[in-house]
Amino acid sequence: MAELDTSSEGHGKKKGGVRSKKVSTKIDMTPMVDLAFLLVTFFMLTTTFNKPNAMEVIMPEKPKPEDTASQTKVKASEALTVIVAQRNRVFYYKGISESPVVEQTDYSANGLRKVLIEFDTEVKSKQRAEGKKEVGPVVLIKAIDDAQFGHMVDVLDEMKVTKMQRYAIVDITPEEKTMLPPVE
Amino acid sequence: MTPMVDMAFLLVTFFMLTTKFQPDEPVKIENPKSTSQFKVPDKDKTTIIVSNDGRVFFNFDGKFNRQALIYQMGKRYEIEFSQDEINTFAVLGMTGVPMAEMRAFLNTEPEDRPDFQQKGIPIDSVNNELNYWIILSRAANPNSIIIIKADNMSQYGKVKRIIQILQEQNINRFSLITSEKSAPDAKKPD
Repeated sequence: MAELDTSSEGHGKKKGGVRSKKVSTKIDMTPMVDLAFLLVTFFMLTTTFNKPNAMEVIMPEKPKPEDTASQTKVKASEALTVIVAQRNRVFYYKGISESPVVEQTDYSANGLRKVLIEFDTEVKSKQRAEGKKEVGPVVLIKAIDDAQFGHMVDVLDEMKVTKMQRYAIVDITPEEKTMLPPVE
Repeated sequence: MTPMVDMAFLLVTFFMLTTKFQPDEPVKIENPKSTSQFKVPDKDKTTIIVSNDGRVFFNFDGKFNRQALIYQMGKRYEIEFSQDEINTFAVLGMTGVPMAEMRAFLNTEPEDRPDFQQKGIPIDSVNNELNYWIILSRAANPNSIIIIKADNMSQYGKVKRIIQILQEQNINRFSLITSEKSAPDAKKPD
């Protein structure tokens, strides 16, 4: 592109001074711009902006043998058990009695969430009447092994949505498994 | 044209610096949805992945940490990995290969690696390899946070087993990966 003008050497001496010919300094930028935009497009398409979210789960610590006596028992009137079963089914029962009334619900806003909010207000008003702190119910979340993991997350999410302060993931007992109606 | 070129190169620089190339994943995980807003950190993650067919994979961040991890895993299972094999492992993403097949997996040509049948990491009590992956990854990077990334359709039983393994090591705090769902109106179920 740019080249030195050597042909004028002889003439230059005659005129008594070296005069360089004006060469345009502008270069053709089009290929460079093409490349730049190609790279922009490439990086734009490969970038993923949406980072996944994380839901923090804190499990209760393993009870040490020496402090089993000091463990606080859940009050029967404050307990709500949610059981996640297979095929999109979800059950709940109140209290911790031997033969509770197991009811079925669903994951919609009118299902489990309504149950949780109603029970929450019920327990809180009871706690207020007794002059205790309004901490709300204790929700025990249990799931059978064949249940879909996504539904477990749904239930945990409902805890966040309904602002439950006390909930725990607990293993299901064999008795509770028999309480559930069989899958059709 | 100069301002346009300036702009173009600015964008190139921006995208170049923000892009992080992900190594290709052997399984596709569809995240369950939740309203959680907490973002996953960029680094220092130990991820345990459960696919919808129940296989367990493991991922660990940081090249040097991975080198230390595979070396220690080799020591534990009496496999002496060559430097090449260690370097290969260091740049991989999630892996779900039992230790007995790890060597064969690392020596597969990179282009054939997606075809390698990854059986998943054994988690049963007889051969609990995941346990050692977790213990040794915590030794390699104590600041790493534990993340469980399970498919929406995976069985809860598998996840429960992983939580159990974590709890056996007194890890009671971990995160579940979810993708965003629009936050519902909490107090109005009507």
